[in-house]
This record gives sequence, C-alpha cells and structure tokens, in this order.
Amino acid sequence: MDVNLLRILVTIVSFILFVGIVVWAWRKRNSKDFKEAAKLPFDED
Amino acid sequence: MQYSNTHATTYNDTVVRQFSIMAVVWGVVGMLVGVIIAAQLVWPELNFGLPWTSFGRLRPLHTNAVIFAFGGCTLFATSYYVVQRTCHVSLFCNKLASFTFWGWQVVILAAAISLPLGYTTGKEYAELEWPIDILIALVWISYAIVFFGTIGTRKVKHIYVANWFFGAFILAVALLHIVNSAEIPVGFMKSYSAYAGVQDAMVQWWYGHNAVGFFLTAGFLGIMYYFVPKQAERPVYSYSLSIVHFWALIFTYMWAGPHHLHYTALPDWTQSLGMVFSLILLAPSWGGMINGMMTMSGAWHKLRTDPILRFMIVSLSFYGMSTFEGPMMAIKTVNSLSHYTDWTVGHVHSGALGWVGFVSMGALYYLVPRLFGKKQMHSIKAIELHFWLATVGIVLYIAALWIAGVMEGLMWRAINADGTLAYTFVESVKAKQPYYMIRLLGGVLYLSGMLIMLWNVFKTATNCKPALASIPPVAAHT
Repeated sequence: MDVNLLRILVTIVSFILFVGIVVWAWRKRNSKDFKEAAKLPFDED
Repeated sequence: MQYSNTHATTYNDTVVRQFSIMAVVWGVVGMLVGVIIAAQLVWPELNFGLPWTSFGRLRPLHTNAVIFAFGGCTLFATSYYVVQRTCHVSLFCNKLASFTFWGWQVVILAAAISLPLGYTTGKEYAELEWPIDILIALVWISYAIVFFGTIGTRKVKHIYVANWFFGAFILAVALLHIVNSAEIPVGFMKSYSAYAGVQDAMVQWWYGHNAVGFFLTAGFLGIMYYFVPKQAERPVYSYSLSIVHFWALIFTYMWAGPHHLHYTALPDWTQSLGMVFSLILLAPSWGGMINGMMTMSGAWHKLRTDPILRFMIVSLSFYGMSTFEGPMMAIKTVNSLSHYTDWTVGHVHSGALGWVGFVSMGALYYLVPRLFGKKQMHSIKAIELHFWLATVGIVLYIAALWIAGVMEGLMWRAINADGTLAYTFVESVKAKQPYYMIRLLGGVLYLSGMLIMLWNVFKTATNCKPALASIPPVAAHT
C-alpha cells in the first residue's frame, strides 16, 4: 500500500472524528451532564 | 485495586507549596536576566567582554529560566493542585511527586550553570546538553505517572476539562522533548543531533512551535479553566465550547511549526501547510479566549475591586491579541517582512508576559494564601501595584518592538533605483536604539512588579500554619 494513501486516510478519519466531537459536544442530551461537570471545581468548599 | 492515595483524607499540598514558591523565585531570576540582556542590546559594553556574560550565552539562560523554571514550576504547582481538587483524591505517589520537585530544581540549576559556561546543543528552547536532557525525561515521565495516576484513581466520574489540558500538555511535552533531543553524545556535555539538514530544522521547529502550543498554551489553558471560574465564582461559560476548544487545538497545533521556516530550504508545500494550519488556529484560540471572557458575564463588576481577577482577564486579552497576531505573521507575505526582526520578539513577549505571565501571577496569587493557611495575600494594594506596573511594562515593551521590528524590516528590503540596498545592516541596528531603551524600561517595570510579588508572597508565607486541606467525602458525582 502506498504510504500516501495511509496519510490521506488518517487526515480524513481525524476530520470526521473532529466533526463527531463537535456534534457530541453540543447535543442536547449531553447538556445536563456538562452543566454538572462545569460545577466540579466548586465541589470542594 | 486499592492504592494508598485513595485512603488519604487530606490533599498533598506540600509539593504544591514548594513549586509555588520556586515559581516566584525563578520568575524574578529569569526576568532579571531578561532585563540584563535587554540592557546589553542598548549598551553592548555590559557584556563586560567576558564569554560567560555575553548575550549569546545569557539569552538562552533567560528563555530557559522564564519558560521552564518560572512557567514550569507554575504548571507543576497548579496542575498538582487542580488535579487533586477536581478528582477528590490525593496525589498518586507522594515520593514520585517529591522527586519531580527536586529533579526539576536540579535541571534548572544545571541549566543555570551549563548555559553561561557555553554548553549548548544550539537548538532554540532545547539548548541543554544530553545528560540534562536525560534528567528532564526522567522527571517528565514521573510527572506523567503522578498526574495520570491521580486521574486513574479519581473518586468522581468526570474528568474536568482543565485536567484534559494539563494531560495533553504533559503527554505532548514528553513526546516533543524525547523526539527533538534524539542526539549522539560524543563526550560529556557534547552531542550532535540525530537529524541532519532541513529535517533537523523541521524537527526543531515542530518541537519549538509545539512547545509554545502545549507548554505555553495548553498547560496555561488548564490554569485558565480552573482558576478563572474559581476567582470569578461562577462556572465556565460553556463547557461544550471548552471540549471543542480542546480537541480543535489538539488536531491543529501539531501542523503549524513550518511557519518558523518560511523561505528556507523547507519544501514550499510544507511552508504553505504550516501557514494554513496557523491561520486555522485562530478559531480555537479565540473560542477559548471568548469562553474565558464570557465566564465573567454577570460578574464584571468584580474587576473593579479584585486585582487577581484583573490579572486573569487581561491575560485572556493578551491571549486573544497574540493568537491573532501569530496567524497574521504566519502568512508568507507578512512573514517576509516580519521574520528575523524584533517584531517576532515583541510578538513572543505579548504572549509570554501578557498571557502566560499574567495568568500565572493570577493563579499564584489565588494559591499562595490558600496554601499557607491565610484568607488572602498579605497586601492587596501590592497586587494592585504589581498589576499596573506589569501592564504598563508590557505595553511599552510590545509597542517599542512593533515599531523597531517593522522599521527594521522595511529598511532591510529598501532598495535604490539601481537595485542596491538602501541601508547597511548596521544602520538598521543603530535606528533601533531608542526603541531598545523603551523596551528596557518596559522590562524593568515588569521585573519590579515581580519583585513586589516576591515580597508579598514572602510576607504571606511566613508566620503561618499551613492547614491540611481535607478531601470532601465521596458520592458527589459518582
């Protein structure tokens, strides 16, 4: 296999992965969990 | 499996205290060396005709001291503090944590001795010779074990975003340091790079730019995502944005390094790739900056009374400014004017003094009283004074080097009608002298702010009973 094919694939997979992360980060379903997570620094006191 | 740190009822703040104090001490030392070499640029006689005090040897001492001693100690202190507080567990291995402190101080001392003596690999920001490189690698791997061990034994489900940034910083710096320090020793304190020619240059600037991206950006963003919410007393503006901010930086930073090698022997396509990725970086950088700034919404009035918060917010402003300036300077046509001029030095300092320095100072002012059992710093007025001295100092510094840099770049490219150069090199040096004086003044102001901080920290840390901070009971987030 040509090494350039591998390079192209890695780039494309990374891009799709990133788009997936963006969608996941702003999904309504997760927003409650993220609100909780954002409060983590305030748990100690 | 059960680890001893999961039974501890108090956090390990000893190592945090050690690193915090040394961060301030090394900050003063590193900035003092910076002021000395800034003075040497105005009055070259100040190198005293001695090899050990010449600009070429003191400049790497300055950069290593401020980045790895001041910045490094700040990152160790804050990451150890934050990872314990957000994981509700004590540090993974106290002995190893203690080794990271003493090992890192030995690295700094070895740098402070070997650089003036002239031992250098010649690689910018990676000047230290191979025996010191090995010690750095050992300390760093221990750091990774302590940090990720603490994450692995956490008692809350979620890993807070600040820890993601600290974690990426630790992993990336390990990778960068080990790859770029691959060298062949030819004697004690002498080695040659394992790479040759343009490959060596590319590896060096892959390292150099990612040291900026992961050491000076990701690490300090970890600080931002914990200490700005804490000091503003409200959660981060958008947690979703912080996740995207993180991954966008991770996916793009690694590619931006070639902008340090525009118009060199590096293939054209690589230069263009570096330029494009540098431009893309503007988006995540500003996303993060906006996220930090918007955390203040509804709490802006606190800026009037809280100088610590002011340090943090001005720091974010400088982060925004320098991450706008950086991509612009990475454009090849702009770079043809800016490269090798003092504009670059000004740009680096707007990031270093403004962003990294200010966010560190804000975090340390937050940490020190808490670590030494006090309600607040010994003198709030002194923090206020520090803030203004440092801010005026940065503005003078950057403005002077913007003018000097653009002027110098224009002088270098000016040609007469017959095609000969309009100016000799030394004429451009001479023209910069007044701006070098203003820059020196800016540096002196910034250093004097740091000296006030040292006094304030000393006053806060003495005559105290450091309280043991107890770990809150489990269950909050499981």
